Amino acid sequence: MSENVGIVIVSHSADVARGTAMMVEQMVGREVPLGWCGGDPDGGLGTNVEAIMAAIDKAWSEKGVAILVDLGGAETNSEMAIEMLPEARRGRVVVCNAPVVEGAVMAATEAASGATLEAVRRTAEELTPA
Amino acid sequence: MMIDRDMRKRLIVAVANRVIANAEELTDLDRAIGDGDHGTNMRRGFEAVLAAADELSDKSFGESLKGVGTTLVMKVGGASGPLYGTLFLSLGKSLADDVNREQIAEAFAAAIEAVKARGKSDVGHKTMLDVFHPVLAVLRGGGEELPAKLKATARLAAENTIRMKAIRGRASFLGERSIGHMDPGARSSELIVDAVADVMEGSA
Repeated sequence: MSENVGIVIVSHSADVARGTAMMVEQMVGREVPLGWCGGDPDGGLGTNVEAIMAAIDKAWSEKGVAILVDLGGAETNSEMAIEMLPEARRGRVVVCNAPVVEGAVMAATEAASGATLEAVRRTAEELTPA
Repeated sequence: MMIDRDMRKRLIVAVANRVIANAEELTDLDRAIGDGDHGTNMRRGFEAVLAAADELSDKSFGESLKGVGTTLVMKVGGASGPLYGTLFLSLGKSLADDVNREQIAEAFAAAIEAVKARGKSDVGHKTMLDVFHPVLAVLRGGGEELPAKLKATARLAAENTIRMKAIRGRASFLGERSIGHMDPGARSSELIVDAVADVMEGSA
């Protein structure tokens, strides 16, 4: 089990999610548990609660998981996915209010230093204009 | 009134068929001010609901509503999945098989609040809430010919979103340019209310 907070990337596009995940891996290697998903249940553009739950599972860390999302539906579906998690995990997953690519790279870099979930989220959200 | 198995099935089938039959219109509306996937998404979700209509109807009214909600959450694949999913999940939490109008109205009011929280939205933002809110008021009022009044209210409310500026959802990116188009979520909400009212009237 990893010592570091996990990162999940949720985009409407599988290509954007995969590309963002590659940028994250380039920065932090395998030090940070990473999950990503993009696309609706039929493989078109969109997001998908089941896939988000699977990505959270893949990136699971006892220290928690930070999710980075692109547009509205990705956020709404991520929040829904969190609510559907087992109760023991629910409180340890957060959606960051940050741009998906920059946020994921910044969050993962912070996570790789062993930071807490709250610190990871804060770092990602520093990118968002107040 | 008793919502028995036959009634549960008629409600589920009527709502699902109505949404599926109008999926193209929903997509056209969404193409004008959103990402053009509302009809496809809703059709996918309600086709899954329709396929499970028999097993969903076998359950109690509350459990069948929750089943519809969970199916929509898992299958729709857009923001409308969690939004409609939350609506049905919330309704399922409080409705028993034997219900009266007041109980339905209060369950609907609670479900609307749950949708507001899920979507971080409110009445006046050019969303499904702009249909559900006036429909709730009519439902609370009750009286003669309630189904007809519910339908007329839902229709008018959906049309009222044409002149509104979108505050939430993809359409809000357009700002003023969202004015002049009906909100696709308001239209799908109207379709659902209309189908339920048809079942109440015994015409579906």
